[in-house]
Amino acid sequence: MPHADGINDEQVEILINDVLEQYGYDFTGYSRASLKRRLLRLYGLDRQVSFAEFRYKVANDPVYFKRFVEQITVNVTEMFRDPNFYKALREKVLPNLGTYPFIRIWLAGCSTGEEAYSIAIVLKELNLLHKSLIYATDINPTVLEKAGLGMFPLSQMKQYSENYITSGGTQEFSTYYNANYSLVKFNEDLKDKMIFSTHNLVSDHSFNEFQLILCRNVLIYFDRDLQFKVLQLFDGSLDQLGYLALGTKETTDFSPISKRYKRLEGEKIWRKISG
Amino acid sequence: MKNCAALIIGGSAGSLDVLFKVLPAISTTITFPIIIVVHRKQGTDSLLSNLLATKTLLKVKEVEEKEKVLPGSVYIVPSDYHSLIEKDETFSLDYSEKVNYSRPSIDVTFQSAAEVYQDKLVCLLLSGSNADGVNGLITVKRFGGKAIVQDPLTAQVNYMPAQAILRAKIDKILTIDEMADYINAL
Repeated sequence: MPHADGINDEQVEILINDVLEQYGYDFTGYSRASLKRRLLRLYGLDRQVSFAEFRYKVANDPVYFKRFVEQITVNVTEMFRDPNFYKALREKVLPNLGTYPFIRIWLAGCSTGEEAYSIAIVLKELNLLHKSLIYATDINPTVLEKAGLGMFPLSQMKQYSENYITSGGTQEFSTYYNANYSLVKFNEDLKDKMIFSTHNLVSDHSFNEFQLILCRNVLIYFDRDLQFKVLQLFDGSLDQLGYLALGTKETTDFSPISKRYKRLEGEKIWRKISG
Repeated sequence: MKNCAALIIGGSAGSLDVLFKVLPAISTTITFPIIIVVHRKQGTDSLLSNLLATKTLLKVKEVEEKEKVLPGSVYIVPSDYHSLIEKDETFSLDYSEKVNYSRPSIDVTFQSAAEVYQDKLVCLLLSGSNADGVNGLITVKRFGGKAIVQDPLTAQVNYMPAQAILRAKIDKILTIDEMADYINAL
């Protein structure tokens, strides 16, 4: 079996085992094709010369393990990604939640925070931010540090601004940040309503009751069993009549929770209709 | 080769016209799936699937994550995700970094399928303006599969197939007119 790229299937399983035993991070429910690709990518990026050395470093060097987690998980995100989704959030979901005295939102798998700031902007424009709280969680502490800074590359702002306008944004996008050389810093008042925290969807439990849970493009990396388990975690964390938002290619269909949810027509958003 | 387990067709600029010409001539009795990876703008998925569906009596559908890859179906990979094939012959989707400035990347699908289908995989690279797919073809060859390219002389944009011929071991170079017969004989 050729494996000139560096890691074969058995070795993938060995690494998954090591990481579980050494650090308690459980990747056993991750889709293998994607996970293997991430491992090969890291192996190549770091110019590893042998699997044995790579394995030793992952298992014994906690600093390298931090990098390992950061690179193995996918942290590609953008502000107002899928503008039509944010339009639905703005026009269909948040106005309903606006009648509540307080809105708790869980953004699971928030990565570097672009979605958290996007949601805060929509809430602010609907005059709901003052009574909202966004719990933004991720498995990976390094990306949470970045998210907490609220600083993003200036080079992205043109794209984000276009996304924002397409999503129904009503203001001048640039009023939400200050440019500083190659980075922009988003206004502090957006961040006041965010709480960043590590949370591992595989092993951690529910930590609150929410009216809206967003978890977009995370479940695609999990196998069916783990997807169902995580959907049940969300179900147990969502208020009656609360909303669950998934990625454009993700669904609650076929899962044990599906019968309690009604999909908003044309959207990847489901409303919990019975306990 | 009477035991093709999957045909994957990759293309970029200039590849849609080829698909429109070739799909109608592909037999409805083929015993393998056809997976199509084309670069395109985000959010044009259903449009492309619907267009291609008008060109063939085979079942044409957009890939869903965890979906089983079934023979006799034509799968269009969605825009803005990479599509990978798992060992159990199901699709996985992946929203990771672009590869060759592309998502979907042809390389990613070719490479993951190469390991799964090994010598029963056939990959065809069409017209295009970047080299996405070339590394994939190299991997396909390494696992014993077949690498086919569109004859660059017949390509609207010849860079992609020309790079493939330059850098990978190619089993067959096909003009547009030759493609359907070749595919029907797999």
